[in-house]
Amino acid sequence: MRIPCPNCGERDRREFYYQGDAVALNRPAPDAGPQAWDDYIHNRDNPAGETRDIWFHEAGCGAWLVVERNTVTHAVHGATLAGLVKR
Amino acid sequence: MRLQKPEATVTFTFDGRRIKGVAGEPVSAALLANGIKLVARSFKYHRPRGVMSAGSEEQNALVTVGRGAQTEPNLRATTLEVAEGLEVFSQNAWPSLRYDMMAVNDFVSPFLAAGFYYKTFMWPRSFWEKLYEPIIRRAAGLGGLSGETNPDDYEKAFAFCDVLVIGAGPAGLMAALTAGRAGADVILADEDTAMGGRLLREREDMDGKPAAEWVAAALAELGAMKNVRLMTRTTVTGAYDQGTYGALERVAGPRQTGKPLECFWRIVAKRAILCAGALERPIAFPNNDRPGIMMASAVRAYVNRWGVAPGKAVTIFGNNDDAHRTARDLVAAGIKVAALIDSRDDAKVSGDYPIYTGGQVTATKGRHGLESITITHSGGTRTIRTDCLAMSGGWNPTVHLTCHMNGRPTWREDIASFVPTPDSIPGLVVAGACNGAFSTAACLAEGAAVAADVAQGLGLNAAVTLPAADDGAYAITPLWAVPGKGRKWIDFQNDVHVKDIKLAAQENFRSVEHMKRYTTQGMAPDQGKSSNVVALAVLADATGRGIPETGTTTFRPPYVPVSIASMGAGSQGKGFAPERFTTSHKATVDRGAPMIEAGLWYRPSYFPVQGETHWRQSCDREVGYVRNTVGICDVSTLGKIDIQGPDAATLLDFVYTNMFSTLPVGRVRYGLMLREDGHVLDDGTTARLGAQHFVMTTTTAAAGLVMRHLEFVLQVLRPDLDAKVISVTEQWAQFAVAGPQARTLLNTVLDQELTDKDWPFMACGPVGVSGVQGRLFRISFSGEHAYEVAVPSRYGESLFRLLVAQAEVMGGGPYGMEALNVLRIEKGFITHAEIHGRTTAFDIGFERMVSAKKDCIGKAAASRPGLLGAGRQQLVGLRAKGADHVLTAGAHLFEKAAQEVRTNSQGYVTSVCYSPTLDTYLALAFLENGRARHGEVIKLRDHLRNITEEVEVCDPVFFDPTGGRARG
Amino acid sequence: MASLIALTPCAGLLPMTEGEIALTEVTHDRLMSVAPFAGQDKAVSDRLKAQVGSTLPAPNRKAGPVQWFGHGTWLVSDTVELEGLAAVTDQTDAWATVQIAGQGVEDVLARLVPVDLRATVFKKGHTARTMLAHMSVAVTRVGPAAFEIMVMRSMAATLVHDLQVAMRGVAAR
Repeated sequence: MRIPCPNCGERDRREFYYQGDAVALNRPAPDAGPQAWDDYIHNRDNPAGETRDIWFHEAGCGAWLVVERNTVTHAVHGATLAGLVKR
Repeated sequence: MRLQKPEATVTFTFDGRRIKGVAGEPVSAALLANGIKLVARSFKYHRPRGVMSAGSEEQNALVTVGRGAQTEPNLRATTLEVAEGLEVFSQNAWPSLRYDMMAVNDFVSPFLAAGFYYKTFMWPRSFWEKLYEPIIRRAAGLGGLSGETNPDDYEKAFAFCDVLVIGAGPAGLMAALTAGRAGADVILADEDTAMGGRLLREREDMDGKPAAEWVAAALAELGAMKNVRLMTRTTVTGAYDQGTYGALERVAGPRQTGKPLECFWRIVAKRAILCAGALERPIAFPNNDRPGIMMASAVRAYVNRWGVAPGKAVTIFGNNDDAHRTARDLVAAGIKVAALIDSRDDAKVSGDYPIYTGGQVTATKGRHGLESITITHSGGTRTIRTDCLAMSGGWNPTVHLTCHMNGRPTWREDIASFVPTPDSIPGLVVAGACNGAFSTAACLAEGAAVAADVAQGLGLNAAVTLPAADDGAYAITPLWAVPGKGRKWIDFQNDVHVKDIKLAAQENFRSVEHMKRYTTQGMAPDQGKSSNVVALAVLADATGRGIPETGTTTFRPPYVPVSIASMGAGSQGKGFAPERFTTSHKATVDRGAPMIEAGLWYRPSYFPVQGETHWRQSCDREVGYVRNTVGICDVSTLGKIDIQGPDAATLLDFVYTNMFSTLPVGRVRYGLMLREDGHVLDDGTTARLGAQHFVMTTTTAAAGLVMRHLEFVLQVLRPDLDAKVISVTEQWAQFAVAGPQARTLLNTVLDQELTDKDWPFMACGPVGVSGVQGRLFRISFSGEHAYEVAVPSRYGESLFRLLVAQAEVMGGGPYGMEALNVLRIEKGFITHAEIHGRTTAFDIGFERMVSAKKDCIGKAAASRPGLLGAGRQQLVGLRAKGADHVLTAGAHLFEKAAQEVRTNSQGYVTSVCYSPTLDTYLALAFLENGRARHGEVIKLRDHLRNITEEVEVCDPVFFDPTGGRARG
Repeated sequence: MASLIALTPCAGLLPMTEGEIALTEVTHDRLMSVAPFAGQDKAVSDRLKAQVGSTLPAPNRKAGPVQWFGHGTWLVSDTVELEGLAAVTDQTDAWATVQIAGQGVEDVLARLVPVDLRATVFKKGHTARTMLAHMSVAVTRVGPAAFEIMVMRSMAATLVHDLQVAMRGVAAR
């Protein structure tokens, strides 16, 4: 699997650390309540198809990325610097 | 028999017998040239077997090469190259290939049908491991491993290209030429020792000249192109995501030290063209596995390419037009064709040899080699003397790679075979015989057309020019299995015959995937390359379905067996993981300190001195240095992160539970970090060097983790924060100077005198260290008056030696990890033994460090019900009854009178030590409601080491609870 | 008072030659990381132009003494003064730098580095943050058959070991 790092270009997935669902971008307010925090920390879907998740180019430039890909076809649609993603 | 005397020969051995061969030809060719037909025993029944093919699909001729540690089993004699001194051994036979005792299996074969093991070895259960499995493993088998460490070298490598052309037959060569001429960056990979594919094996003309001449010219042209790389002996073994392909290269030339035997390539290609050709399939007729019965294409290959006659009187049995070229080539080479049997009634054939249309081979004879065959045909039955039968059941396009990403091939009725389904692998297109185009002209045309398309897709212009070539039609009438009695082998490598498959269907294993697992068809090292289509045709027949409805099993990578050694190349020994050495490494090893691994780092366990015979003696002495005089310890492995920026303090407030924005410049504070789920991530001290400048320390184990965490916070959670982090772990060599004499010692190496007034506990700042700009932190992980002094790493070794020398003058010295551990347990300081991922700030008694004045990572979750309260296991100290009462980490804790069973466990021990300071064993532990139970005597039970001890629960700070020594 | 002795990261390890490839240590008098604060890229670039003669190069490039070194980070092998504009951190002693040079050097690196380093693709002045075997490295082309490789100082011995194994394998072919 290869991920197109916006800084480095396309790289082998071995250079990347996988974090998980892009829900991490939307941290709830401190007082959002247990349900919101539970959803943020623990509850995840396991979709067959399009996903949006977060990767870290750990053995490369050190950028955190939001990667859009498909878990069925294994297609990787693209990657964006996490800091630039609208939330 | 050789058709011509070779120019030069080399000598190798087969089961000890000296054999002359031509260097570089396959061992199978040399064996056939020397009249050796019996080369192997089959997997299950130990039936005599001979060479069947001339390629990597070989099912029978598996051999072992080399001796001792260099033994390599299960190599195919058809791809193994003859070399001077090569030692080849047959396998799966005892005492010899000719007289194999286990051949008795063949006579009891009616009892060993498919599913035999499942049905027979049902009970008693305990017999499996001890009795059944060892016996089965010995009887049914392949070559054995030496059990020794592999001394050979292997490589892994990466390659990149615009276009990867897989296979260098007519289609592949034409594709590479077309793409290469267009200027594309091309890799052409072929598993053979020479490129050309079938053009080297068939008698064909191209542009009016022998095809081999065209191949030579094409290779010369390709070789001259700077944008083309030719990789022979390289099998592309798998297709993976985003244009990544695995390929195994057998490195050419003699085996020698330092030179890799194999190289496993990862090739990344923008586009790929699969020109893998096709594999001829056998026909299932009774006793079709005798040595001497071969694939027709293999017979032609041995005759045409290697000048070897596989027999003196050859018979041919086929169901398609392509088989007939075999008779033509044999006649041209002067080899007798004893008969040609074509199963088709309407076959149009002519030749100067006996021809039987509508005929079938119904029996064969010859125990260790074919002697005769019996055929039935429209005119009756007859027996023909023959020592070689060339069979052709038609061609299977080599679709394998197109199935590696879940693709399923498509059935084509006209060629009675599966072809690749387009777009099965993104970026890969198929051309030539593996696409069902079987004539040379069609292969060339497809190769060129597909490559031109690919080049155009890459923005290049390609011109197509084709040589004139053979364009014969391919007509086939399927014949899968000849009717009648006798075992008709389908999967030669796993000893599966027609009846096994019918039995599977009868026992309701009708799905092709179930049939495969029930019969083991297609599960051998060849993965059913030759047998799959025949097997599923028989299954389709037995279940009354068509072949396309029956479907195929899944082809998975690798296409050919890949040695683990090549995939793991470079990762043996020192290549397994990087070794991280501190600047004091050499000085430490010079002192004889045993090193222990801390992550990738190597740290000293203890520093033995003369007369000490046990690590505890060293450890106790080193603890004494710190408690009584002064000790030196390299702490450079702890993570150090430089944090700068207008929002540096805000970042720290967010990642630590406690406040850092209030920390004055020139001071250090201990901080606790949580994960977002409320559990402790790491702890450490952070020093404020300037208003917008901090240096954070992490534990050695979590240095990388914390760095990633900080970047996550800055880039993902809080991109609004303007702060920059960078690791300075490697920039600074840092040493703990700990003990009552610490200041006195430092004053011998610092440029300016330390005073308690200017350097109180938890002070930090720049210092001159023997003329070098360094940093000093008055912090303590031992509870003593202590400092950590840092200098740029280039001076690390020098400073370590200097500090140790000064300490020794004062009656102290260096201390290692064992002493460090004792010192911190005595003080109740935690490490990752305690903050192991399941403990909270509450559990370790630090809940008051979670500031109420601000948000921080993990704060919301830390207050969840269940993470607080008396039910939690809380950090406590445990004190043993005395020095001879050993406590152990991992032991569980029980109420004094409770039975020591899992359900009664109230906690567990995380760290233990013998404290020379207090002359008793101490432990840190987690105990239910532990903070309220100080003073209680409980029971410690270690079931693994069989230790039971009564211990007293106490505060985790065993020594100097008021902390006066560190401040003093 | 004793004075401290300085040692380079590859002291005792290099130089070394296998076949036609030579491995030597490269030392820097100064190596400063520069990470511009929010919105200061242009100002930092201008200052660097004045101070060291090069602006901030694009990702994967090196210009003069300024080398792109990762997301929002550059390394400058010179003295810089960027107070208030960028986080500047001394990295002089944090990295081991080696030069690997000679005919077939790309073949050696192709055994260890999962990035296309061929001259047609990876030209002089190109740099990459990537892996070498199991280590995180920066690879920079400095000549037609020469590269500089930077690895964390503590891993210098492993870097030399892994390169030596690959050099031997290529030389033996």
